[in-house]
Amino acid sequence: MMNPKRQKRLYIILAIVIGSAAAVGLTLYALNQNINLFYSTTQVAQGQAPQQTRIRVGGMVVKGSVKRSSQSLHVEFQITDYAHPLTVEFTGILPDLFREGQGIIAQGQLAANGTFQADEVLAKHDEKYMPPEIKDSLKTQPKGGL
Amino acid sequence: MSAEWGEFALILAFALSTLLAIIPLYGATVNQTLWMNYAKPLVYGQFLFLLISFSCLGYAFAHDDFSVQYVAEHSNSHLPFVYKLSAIWGGHEGSLLLWALILSGWTVAVTLFSQSLPATLLARVQAVMGMIAVGFILFLLETSSPFLRLLPTPPEDGIDLNPLLQDVGLIIHPPMLYMGYVGFSVAFAFAIAALLSGRLDTTWARWSRPWTNIAWAFLGMGITLGSWWAYYELGWGGWWFWDPVENASLMPWLVGTALIHSLAVTEKRGVFKSWTVLLAIFAFSLSLLGTFLVRSGVLTSVHAFASDPKRGLFILVLLALTVGGSLTLYAFRANTVHTPINFSAISRETLLLINNLFLTVMALTVLIGTLYPLLLDALGGGKISVGPPYFNAMFVPIMSLMTLALGFSIGVRWRDTRHEVWSKILRLPALFSLLSGLILTLFCDHFEWLVWLGLSLSLWIVSTVSYDFVKKFANTRSIFAKLRQLPLSYYGMMSAHLGVAIVAIGITLVSHYSQERDIRMAKGDQLDIADYHFEFKGTQHFQRENYQTEQAQISVTKNGNWVTDLHPEKRHYPVKQSMMTEAAIDPGLFRDLYVALGEPLENGAWAVRIQYKPFVRWLWLGGILMTAGGILTVADKRYRQHR
Repeated sequence: MMNPKRQKRLYIILAIVIGSAAAVGLTLYALNQNINLFYSTTQVAQGQAPQQTRIRVGGMVVKGSVKRSSQSLHVEFQITDYAHPLTVEFTGILPDLFREGQGIIAQGQLAANGTFQADEVLAKHDEKYMPPEIKDSLKTQPKGGL
Repeated sequence: MSAEWGEFALILAFALSTLLAIIPLYGATVNQTLWMNYAKPLVYGQFLFLLISFSCLGYAFAHDDFSVQYVAEHSNSHLPFVYKLSAIWGGHEGSLLLWALILSGWTVAVTLFSQSLPATLLARVQAVMGMIAVGFILFLLETSSPFLRLLPTPPEDGIDLNPLLQDVGLIIHPPMLYMGYVGFSVAFAFAIAALLSGRLDTTWARWSRPWTNIAWAFLGMGITLGSWWAYYELGWGGWWFWDPVENASLMPWLVGTALIHSLAVTEKRGVFKSWTVLLAIFAFSLSLLGTFLVRSGVLTSVHAFASDPKRGLFILVLLALTVGGSLTLYAFRANTVHTPINFSAISRETLLLINNLFLTVMALTVLIGTLYPLLLDALGGGKISVGPPYFNAMFVPIMSLMTLALGFSIGVRWRDTRHEVWSKILRLPALFSLLSGLILTLFCDHFEWLVWLGLSLSLWIVSTVSYDFVKKFANTRSIFAKLRQLPLSYYGMMSAHLGVAIVAIGITLVSHYSQERDIRMAKGDQLDIADYHFEFKGTQHFQRENYQTEQAQISVTKNGNWVTDLHPEKRHYPVKQSMMTEAAIDPGLFRDLYVALGEPLENGAWAVRIQYKPFVRWLWLGGILMTAGGILTVADKRYRQHR
């Protein structure tokens, strides 16, 4: 038989172990539910990106591709990593630094028709800045004109 | 010549801090007053030379010396004078210089106000702070000197300060934040000094308490200011983004909050000693980590300045030395501390332990969410980002439990409280908060369970704090005498806890009842949001000192009565060729009206964002109350008589 003091200690340790296991488990679960993977436009074109899942895509805005609706805040533009362009649709206000030829990141879902339905468009508050994700994905592509 | 003098002064400060890191420590080890006495002039000298160095940089900015690279990159001859000065900390190099200056300022403060401390302890504290200064000044000199020249052909004009930073919030936000970050170095130095001397007693806790509280107050104020600035300048009405850099400031704050509570227990009851030391080490380490995350450019963030791998590596080594060194010391020394546990399950000690548990778990979840993308990327697992839903999912339940525990802890006494007494004290506040929370929720726009929960938890804090306060007057005849008799630290505690309740009310209501519309508006277009009627009256063009602006006029009415005219702007800064959104806000204690211009569309129409933000001011009001609480505790005379 264990003495009462040891028994009490055992219970405390058990409670701590179960408690922290639960905390870690819940944290990892929450983390996995809320991470957004980044895909380059080439990966999207090759069908590597999942549909109906919240993902990030990034690339340079193709010059002359931005089309604004005259009635609403709907906007359509293309981004590219200089290999494969991707059409992005968005309704709302674009960031101040959104410009043609500028690197941006869009967050949203890939639709069945191959366009990207963005719910968020991010550009950086620094014109020299290029999101590291885009920089890396550009590095893996041969350079070419837009 | 000012840049060269600045660099020279910085080198001298480095020499002095090296001596400061060695001589007093040696003196304390061999217990020689002669050696320890060197600390004082070294501390003052280090501060003086850093101040000279900082002033030299300021002089270069004030006189538009664009041959200095840092000035050329962060200023412009057309920049208003006050922004030329705040541009000193507008970039990486200058803000590190400010970091070092504030560190030496804290060292001077410790030296001035701790004359009654045992000489060896004070000498060790000064030496530890000297070591930190060595690390940071070396970092400045080696990788990030702000005094580099662009010779022989200096540019004719600077490339201007980022327009986002040309704002009053950004003049005071970084210094406040740094006061907090660096302030934790004092608590850290005390902890290390105590470990070195092997004297981890309650007097040690009493000495470090005021320093920790004031640093915590500054950090809280810095975070509050940052949130407020982001709200009106950057965020299109958002007040917290779970941006890695916000997280970097939140983590030391959470651990610092745990630390000030744990220090209270250590001072009053003599328990949790090793835990307190550990928290002091972690609070400062997280401050360093924060600096690392912000400055190294490893994170994608508005705060990340130009990245340079050498800098990141340097801070990483600094961080490893600090954490590794202090934890090794801790491992050797902390096991010598043994305290018999002399409190029961229902006692203030237990509840403060629970408070510490929640705060550190929260800090840990923020740490995981912030570093996970970095780790995964480093391991080749792909690029991911962890979104706000993760942080919200963790933050809301943990903080709800903590506010619940907060109310409970006020009702209990040290050591032991009988179960019956406890439930008797808390029954009334519990009933009150649940009921009034329900009534208030019914008055809101629409009923939501989470709003009821949030309001009840906030009122739970308010009612337990008030109940405890009123109880103090149970057997007193003169209310005024009693009011004066209560220690300032008690008022400080009340203020900080009420601040928590105010912030919780703000978060609850602004999260659930905000309304937001992005809409295309041309002259004469109208929109209704939450009883308010917005009409777009058109835009005007203005030429200002260093930018041009399109200013819209939007008039707001409520039930036909005029409320206000809002003038949101879209600014163009020609030097940097950058656009800036300047939101127009009609602030109020119970609601903000927030209008921002998006981009111009065809035919004079604009994309406009219109928002109704109930109780958003309460977030910052609560932050101010918490800061005031921290400052009040430091003013308590209990700490003064021990100097």
